[in-house]
Amino acid sequence: MTGGSENVGGRSHETAPYAIELRGISKSFGSVQANKNIDLQVPRGSIHGIIGENGAGKSTLMSILYGFYKPDRGEILVNGQKLTISDSQTAIRAGIGMVFQHFKLVQNFTVLENIILGAEDGALLRPSLAKARGVLRDLAKEYQLNVEPDELIEELSVGHQQRVEILKALYRHADILILDEPTGVLTPAEADHLFRILEGLKAEGKTIILITHKLREIMDITDNVSVMRRGEMVASVKTAETSPEELAELMVGRKVLLSVDKAVAQPGKPILQVQDLRLVDDEGVERLRGISFEIRAGEILGIAGVSGNGQTQLLELLGGYPEKGSTVGGTIRMNGEELDLTGTRSDAATRRKRGIGHVPEDRQVEGLIMDFAAWENVAFGYHHAPEFNRGMLMDNGAIRTDADAKMERFDVRPRNSNLAARNFSGGNQQKIVVAREIERNPDLLLIGQPTRGVDIGAIEFIHKRIVELRDAGKAVLLVSVELEEILSLSDRIAVMFDGRIMGERLPGETTTGELGLLMAGITDTQNHSAEEGIPPETQHVDRLPGGEA
Amino acid sequence: MDFDTIIQILDSAVRLMTPLLLACLAGLYSERSGVFDIGLEGKMLMAAFTAAAVAYATGNPWLGLLAGIAGSTALSLIHGLASITFMGNQLISGVAINFLASGMTVLLGQKIFGLGGRTPSLTEGGRFGEITLPFADTIREVPFIGPIYAELLSGHTALVYVAFACVPLTWWILSRTRFGLRLRAVGENPASVDTAGVSVTRLRFAAVAICGVLCGLAGAYLATGLSAGFVKEMTAGRGFIALAALIFAKWRPWSALFATFLFGLLEAIANRYPNLDLGVVTIPSMFMNALPYILTVIILAGFVGRAIPPRAGGEPYVKER
Repeated sequence: MTGGSENVGGRSHETAPYAIELRGISKSFGSVQANKNIDLQVPRGSIHGIIGENGAGKSTLMSILYGFYKPDRGEILVNGQKLTISDSQTAIRAGIGMVFQHFKLVQNFTVLENIILGAEDGALLRPSLAKARGVLRDLAKEYQLNVEPDELIEELSVGHQQRVEILKALYRHADILILDEPTGVLTPAEADHLFRILEGLKAEGKTIILITHKLREIMDITDNVSVMRRGEMVASVKTAETSPEELAELMVGRKVLLSVDKAVAQPGKPILQVQDLRLVDDEGVERLRGISFEIRAGEILGIAGVSGNGQTQLLELLGGYPEKGSTVGGTIRMNGEELDLTGTRSDAATRRKRGIGHVPEDRQVEGLIMDFAAWENVAFGYHHAPEFNRGMLMDNGAIRTDADAKMERFDVRPRNSNLAARNFSGGNQQKIVVAREIERNPDLLLIGQPTRGVDIGAIEFIHKRIVELRDAGKAVLLVSVELEEILSLSDRIAVMFDGRIMGERLPGETTTGELGLLMAGITDTQNHSAEEGIPPETQHVDRLPGGEA
Repeated sequence: MDFDTIIQILDSAVRLMTPLLLACLAGLYSERSGVFDIGLEGKMLMAAFTAAAVAYATGNPWLGLLAGIAGSTALSLIHGLASITFMGNQLISGVAINFLASGMTVLLGQKIFGLGGRTPSLTEGGRFGEITLPFADTIREVPFIGPIYAELLSGHTALVYVAFACVPLTWWILSRTRFGLRLRAVGENPASVDTAGVSVTRLRFAAVAICGVLCGLAGAYLATGLSAGFVKEMTAGRGFIALAALIFAKWRPWSALFATFLFGLLEAIANRYPNLDLGVVTIPSMFMNALPYILTVIILAGFVGRAIPPRAGGEPYVKER
């Protein structure tokens, strides 16, 4: 299983077949099209990056390659040969190895046991274990993949667990190694070590597919890169011939600029002041690394960034429901008053009482109860309000009347408040959530991905309402991965990268190119041209965000 | 309490622990594969009935045993179908199986034999005979060793020896074979097995089937070894006691042997001394008989240290995105 025999008999007309070639792969889950007509060519012995935002369809595509899903349409060619990969066993036999984002290891097994699992040589374990021990020793020498074979997985660091996953693939003679978001859980040092290992594997003629949403990794290590956006493969280029700026733009996508009529902002007194917010999640990953900003009355602050850089955690923390098990630090002031970050008075209900409305990023999970009627959903979060209650009982009549009025004003279709939230289209679901939050007239509106999966008509409508709220002297924090949305709505733009704010810009004085660089973690936008890679030392610049633009 | 009494109590404990041990090992296979099974009770009951019925009809305990295995395995496969194939709730499926067995056995018993849910008493031919180990009679008179060999070790039915042999066998299968490795893995992290290209469904069904076979042995032993025929609800909670023993044993075969021995011993003591006279007070028989159940409660309440069940236990395996 080496890359030595390029021309296997009978296929000599094909010059050096690709290790992996995908032709027109499509896959949908219900009404969601996860992969649309994907073409991909991965040359042998190269490191190929696949980049795209969360939910762009990268993982689905790789799962298809590994036999987890059957594609609805399309062909897979491995080393030039057409293959139907119906299960993981087929993929393994074809020389494909996969290192999943969430490791598939048995925690209370030893390293050796994990490595032979499913690849045992016979009914008895002893010979397989002995053989694996030897193979492991060789692999460790060859690729610096040192792990103690008799250690239990639960006692290994995350980086070492990942090595076990790689060893598992190599033990099965994988020639093509797919790594799904491999650095998500690694420390920078561990990530560097991983990259050295990958380069070693490449030198041995292995083909590596690296799935990530981190531009730096792509620029650092890949030979070629393919960009996915919303289920489609939008570009495949040589890494040397592209720039992080271009990639960021390709990932996020350029949409027709939606013009939003809005007057110049008239910022008033500060509403929300955030100082040095920090959050470490339950896996010990630092998600927020000292976020500071301020929003004034009558102002929209847009937060741009590739998703997965801490925006979700920021919204959840401000909204009063940080992920369970995370530790938080810093201060949040609302109208000058400090809010509790922990304890019983740090919850979402208390935040609402302080005048914070929240349209969450994922409306179907956090914004709505899908099986409840629209009128119930319109009251959620505010169901304790005196006008909705009569003594101990809820005043359903009042809630319905209120819901009907709000649905009328927000033009929710169909105008039937008895319908379950599930039965409305994405745009109308979003209108229900936005109506609930905006009509309560909050001092501060947190709004995440307001128009994700929303049709054009609804987008315009929602944008207009957000601007109206601002003009009424309220503060708005807008988080979106749609650059155009950020540019057209915001009065100020902050760019988040890796849990930090890389800088603030005014929408009239910046370009998508400049924002793209900031989104890739480059703060010194004056002295970088598009051709440059991202020097590692700019990764962890500790600089307070300045509005110097 | 003299030496002979101790031997007799231990001998009785061995008989009484046998169905518990078999059921406990049955549960061990199922739960180590990630399928919780509170239907051990129902499966034993069904097996006891089918075994007794067939043993009565044919006069052959071995055919009865096969029928017991078949009855129990049929319920096992229902459990597998509900919880593996259709990804249903394993507890509810288990409860349903217990009810089903409890009702079906009485209904069928009444319909076939008309004895109010019992089967007719089995004569000697329909029961498992006691096996006398070689030289048992010759060395009976040897002090100490003699009684241990002749009374305690010898003179049990075949199923008792089978049950005890299952302990090292299970240990060996789990720790030394490919099947055992995969079985343990599928109960801890089924995704690891699935990504290795091994069928989670097939492994779990295999485990559930083994569970059915062992429960069949347990039930058949109850009806054709320990007693002579089937009586309504004759398992009397032994399936649940076996489950408690399994937790007590932390899902390990050798520990299961000791855990079930403890339960068997309690039952044997209760049988031997219905009213235990401690001089100052006399402990009433009701309390003595309740001892195994009290121990069950204590174990399940977690007074014996933390028992960590297989991590994927109780959850149907769904491929994640």
